[in-house]
Amino acid sequence: MSIAAQRPTADSGVESERLLRMYRSMIAIRQFEEQANDLYLRALMPGLTHLYQGEEGVAVGVCEALRREDYITSTHRGHGHCLAKGASVDLMFAELLGKEAGYCRGKGGSMHIADPATGNLGANAIVGGSAGIATGAAFSCKLLGNGRVTVCFFGEGALGQGVLYEVMNMAQLWKLPVIYVCENNLYNEYTHFSETTAGEILGRPAAFGVRAQSVDGQDVLAVHAAAMQLVNYARQGEGPGFLLCNTYRYRGHHVGDINREYYRTKQEEQRWLSERDPIKLLGEQLVERKLADPARLDGILSEVKAEIAKGVEFAIAAPYPPVEQASQDVYA
Amino acid sequence: MTLAEAIREALVEEMRRDARVCVLGEDVAEAGTPFKVLSGLVEEFGRERVIDTPISEAGFAGIGVGAAMTGLRPVVDIMFGDFLTLTMDQMVNQAAKIHYMSGGKWKVPMVLRTTMGAARRSAAQHSQSLHAWMSHVPGLKVVLPSTPYDAKGLLKAAIRDDNPVIFFEDKMMYKLKGPVPAEEYVIPLGRADVKRAGRDVTIVATSSMVQVALGAATMLDGIGISAEVIDPRTTWPLDEKTLIASAKKTSRAIVVDEGYGRYGVTGEIASVIAEGAFYNLDAPVRRIGAMHVPIPFSPPLEDATVPSEQAVFEAARELCGKN
Repeated sequence: MSIAAQRPTADSGVESERLLRMYRSMIAIRQFEEQANDLYLRALMPGLTHLYQGEEGVAVGVCEALRREDYITSTHRGHGHCLAKGASVDLMFAELLGKEAGYCRGKGGSMHIADPATGNLGANAIVGGSAGIATGAAFSCKLLGNGRVTVCFFGEGALGQGVLYEVMNMAQLWKLPVIYVCENNLYNEYTHFSETTAGEILGRPAAFGVRAQSVDGQDVLAVHAAAMQLVNYARQGEGPGFLLCNTYRYRGHHVGDINREYYRTKQEEQRWLSERDPIKLLGEQLVERKLADPARLDGILSEVKAEIAKGVEFAIAAPYPPVEQASQDVYA
Repeated sequence: MTLAEAIREALVEEMRRDARVCVLGEDVAEAGTPFKVLSGLVEEFGRERVIDTPISEAGFAGIGVGAAMTGLRPVVDIMFGDFLTLTMDQMVNQAAKIHYMSGGKWKVPMVLRTTMGAARRSAAQHSQSLHAWMSHVPGLKVVLPSTPYDAKGLLKAAIRDDNPVIFFEDKMMYKLKGPVPAEEYVIPLGRADVKRAGRDVTIVATSSMVQVALGAATMLDGIGISAEVIDPRTTWPLDEKTLIASAKKTSRAIVVDEGYGRYGVTGEIASVIAEGAFYNLDAPVRRIGAMHVPIPFSPPLEDATVPSEQAVFEAARELCGKN
């Protein structure tokens, strides 16, 4: 039940297939998140979750540039990254509900989805907390010479964490195959990033000599093209990259953040939704370039919805882990 | 062989045995660390596996975590135990929890070697013994060798362990000499060692405090008290069975550790003994730890903060009712 599907290697697929796959993957993330929110509202999901709607172009564009065996690290707002890297919706939902069938046997929850099978080193609930891990994975890949690259996803809030700069420095010194993908969704929780971030964001990687560029995160094809370039450099041993993706978080910081007008206007939200939606933008392109007609796109939406509904059903029906498991897996 | 040589030998043997083992830290390559513990390593294994890092403890500890998850077995060198504070997110929130949070899917087979111990006139930020902090965290293992023999066998076990292990070396003990056999051996983590058998009182001691306890035991011999000295060798996993059995046998116990007494290793071990040997005890368990102050610089002040042979001797004498 993997949404990102077992894709053929980058050069064997025809262009339209690739675009439709990316379209489908973005729809899947959007629908997954809608259902996650619904599970929260129905009080079926323990705790809170941080939704990714609006940012799908980043996860999908970047992960499309990766191979299955490449690594990623993710964040508290991580469902999109995990799905785009190939996670199954049923096991994802099961984890969100704390069920034994979940990716982490119910021990991680929404913020800690991890999956060795798809190279997912884990989502991290410490802002910037996976920068070291991602760089360490790239360190391994270089030393072992296995040709893999690692993508470290983080939000612009992590730009305030010192450890990011420590590891970026080492990544550049040692020419490690790691790409730091900064998702600037404009808000560090409830605070506009301009209030927390001095100078130019790209000036920061530039200070270490890290190859950096910024891209419209709502344009999945632009994200993909930029990511592809940085991934290729990294794979060829030319060192790390930094990709700044300018994007927007449609929902609140977490599912409970409903009244947001004290930090941003409804008009602003509406503008991004109607003018800059990554799914809509790609859909329009697909139709315009005659790669798909509206009926085909609708078909994709209903297929994905059915798959997501099955995943939710599976997770709701799945049993909780037996209490004895609380003390298992502390040590390997 | 000195303790420093034993540690180097363990690393060399493990690096020869397993190409995945690498060393990361400040001044670990040509400098061989300020304590010269790693001298010669880079010459044999090269700069690919013995890596000098920038002064970025959080960063390279984090790199160690990620490297451990993806196929290497890194040994991260944190020059002074005091700098563990800089690595806390990487070790406590990341390394310690990744196996559990992932439902057992990812492993973090890394070792973090660091130092502990006062009495080097290095003042408050280069003298602390912070092993209790790390022992508090589920998911970490904590090792404190007290002899060259133990250091070598325990470090080899730590490197082969699939979990994050924090390995504390007392800086004052690097030159301590002791016998180390030529043949290969590994000491399993979680097994205490009876350093000296006795009948009247059990002295549980860690790291450099083992030498203090042995000194006190010799003094106690002189007044007819036979002390048993036990070194848990790892504060987690903790060999509760051996500690309790000894306390039951002698009916009195003292715990000596160079960390702070409050909320520390002595408190934990004392409660293990109290719970496990209560009906066999003739007296409450005594605890001796560092004075609850930042470590001062001035020699007479610093010396006063560390448990001494005399203090252990006095405590044992009182406990045994000999005045």
